[in-house]
Amino acid sequence: MDFLIFQVPMLTVQAVLDGLLLGILFALIAYGMALQWGVMNIINIAQGDLVILGGYIAYFMYLYGIHPAWGVIVSPIIMYFVGVIIYKLVINKVVDRDLFISILATFGISILFMQLMNFAFGADVVLANSGYGTTMLFDNSVTLPNSKIFSAFISILFAIGLVIYMKKSKLGRAIRATAQNARAAKILGVDTEKVYAATFGINAALCGVAGALISITFTIHPYMGLPYTIRSFMIVIVAGLGNLPGVAMSGMGLGVFEEFADYILGTEFRIGSVFLLLVLILVYRRFKLSKKREYLK
Amino acid sequence: MKIKNIIITFVSAIAILFSTSVVSLAKVVGDKIILGAAISLTGKYSSNGVHTQNGYNMAVDRINSMGGVKVGGKTYMFDIIYYDDESNPKRAAQLAERLISQDGVEFMLGPYSSGLTKAIAPVTEKYGVPMVEANGASRSLFTKGYKYLFAVLAPANLYLDVAIRTAVELNGGKGVRIAQAFEQDAFSQDVRLGILDAAKETGSKIIIDDKLPKELNDMAATLAKVKATKPDVLVVSGHTKGALTAIRQIAEMKVDVPMLAMTHCDAAKLSKQHGANSQYALCASQWHKTLTYKDDFFKDGMTYAADFEALFGYDPPYQSAESSAALLVFKDAFERANSFDQKKVRDALAATNMQTFYGNIKFAEGGQNVDKPMVLFQVMCDDAGKCENKVVAPLKWASAELIHPIPKWSDR
Repeated sequence: MDFLIFQVPMLTVQAVLDGLLLGILFALIAYGMALQWGVMNIINIAQGDLVILGGYIAYFMYLYGIHPAWGVIVSPIIMYFVGVIIYKLVINKVVDRDLFISILATFGISILFMQLMNFAFGADVVLANSGYGTTMLFDNSVTLPNSKIFSAFISILFAIGLVIYMKKSKLGRAIRATAQNARAAKILGVDTEKVYAATFGINAALCGVAGALISITFTIHPYMGLPYTIRSFMIVIVAGLGNLPGVAMSGMGLGVFEEFADYILGTEFRIGSVFLLLVLILVYRRFKLSKKREYLK
Repeated sequence: MKIKNIIITFVSAIAILFSTSVVSLAKVVGDKIILGAAISLTGKYSSNGVHTQNGYNMAVDRINSMGGVKVGGKTYMFDIIYYDDESNPKRAAQLAERLISQDGVEFMLGPYSSGLTKAIAPVTEKYGVPMVEANGASRSLFTKGYKYLFAVLAPANLYLDVAIRTAVELNGGKGVRIAQAFEQDAFSQDVRLGILDAAKETGSKIIIDDKLPKELNDMAATLAKVKATKPDVLVVSGHTKGALTAIRQIAEMKVDVPMLAMTHCDAAKLSKQHGANSQYALCASQWHKTLTYKDDFFKDGMTYAADFEALFGYDPPYQSAESSAALLVFKDAFERANSFDQKKVRDALAATNMQTFYGNIKFAEGGQNVDKPMVLFQVMCDDAGKCENKVVAPLKWASAELIHPIPKWSDR
């Protein structure tokens, strides 16, 4: 039973496609995390909760009869301001501090968001129906929900848009300069405070997009944020900081790896195997690093 | 030194006097029987916590307005002290402790969910406080030898037992091929054990046995396996999240399976969220308003549902109905014990044998209700897309005929 995937070759195709589509969506969330981690040196534990909040925005649009796909435009706009407000209230007080303090602060924000969402939206699991239908390949043996394809497409669009924005726009250049050396950027007239606020806002906006997409493809619930935080954290760790193409690759890679782990090891080892892979990658990195140092000596 | 001793003696004397007076006052104050309950009014169980509380409150009002509880020739009214356990087992255990040792409550009502009931049961057991609970179905609650725990609902391992037996029956008594996916929590794993037992007894084969992680909301891999292996029955249990995810992805991936059985469809309001996509799903339920059980207080399921809706503005989920039934059980036990002695009430509870609008209630040695089978309803939609839950099994209460096998997606 364990090796059903080898008996039915079409399952391999299904697994790869499912993994890629899932991975791209996760990569979008990780993208935001990599950005603000790189620029502000903050690990945002509330990342997943921002995603869920974005999802609720799309859900409420759906409730009021607007197609939830519009959420990918409305949700990031609202979430940008939510991000800036969080920055002004909390993050700007911890931005130059120890990494540990920022983890504590964002952990606090995470708990607060969970409770507030639970209070405001209730504890029911909800979802928004896009009505997009299904794409069937290979004589119906491989099925891909169009909502997942839509999500992947939108994620890629936003990711490319962000890369271009970072390269071409004034704010993008300021963000990159601040990431390289905040002090030097400040001396050269970059308002780093503004840059930080914008970075956190952009991160929240990306979470908003991802949340809207998740409400269309999966389900949302006030307490479902943490897995998204952990997943994006892992993707960033695997890719390395400031490596945006790497984030996309590691997102998709982890997605596919996870699907195959599910078929080969069993569903119960799905998450565990991803964690195991993370540990192996970190050990390998450490090993490579220690070799390098010896070489330098 | 002497003065200090005197002060200490004096203070402790007052403390003892005060504490005993509180305890002796608390179980029955005047004409009131005070019950205690820790309930999830906030946190992740808050919606079901509120259903539970509404069920309790409705029953209290009804019993009180219909003459209360008669013990020793005197009439008493029910009253409940509630605390919010924040959906947190540790907090629930603390609150149970507080209800019993500070507020002096001598009879308890259960919280919402198996997990929280598990946290409270050792406390009520320690103090010998009888607890009638209506929302903890996990099998492990009834195998610990608790003497003071009574559950009005059927245990978790029976939830989908009916579905497997029905599938086997429809297969001419021959075993079926089962694919199952269960979340890794106490409740769902109990449901799984029940399926394993049923499969063994009926000679059925389990061909997929996936354990879904708690944090995942994607079942695509499991469903792809189902597509490839074509089982006769697909069983899913993973609370509301599992039910909603399953329906969404089965529809999206066009998974054809002759029978789909699930838990938590009642609360999930499957048909409301998914419309016609949820059609033909079989849902295990503790109760359905169309069942024909009767009692003197709520008459029957339909009347209960109408009264409940008039009061709270929504159709009662089974969580509310079973919670109301818990109060009926307490009233019955108090009157038969004709006393407020905890041991006597406990013995009266153990000897309960009654019918309520919610079902027959008779407790086994372990405290679970063995006289009320689970019901299965099937989501059925009309051409206009309006969906309803119709009871299809057991046959005795069926209000519609089971549609089997489920039509293929290509024919819908």
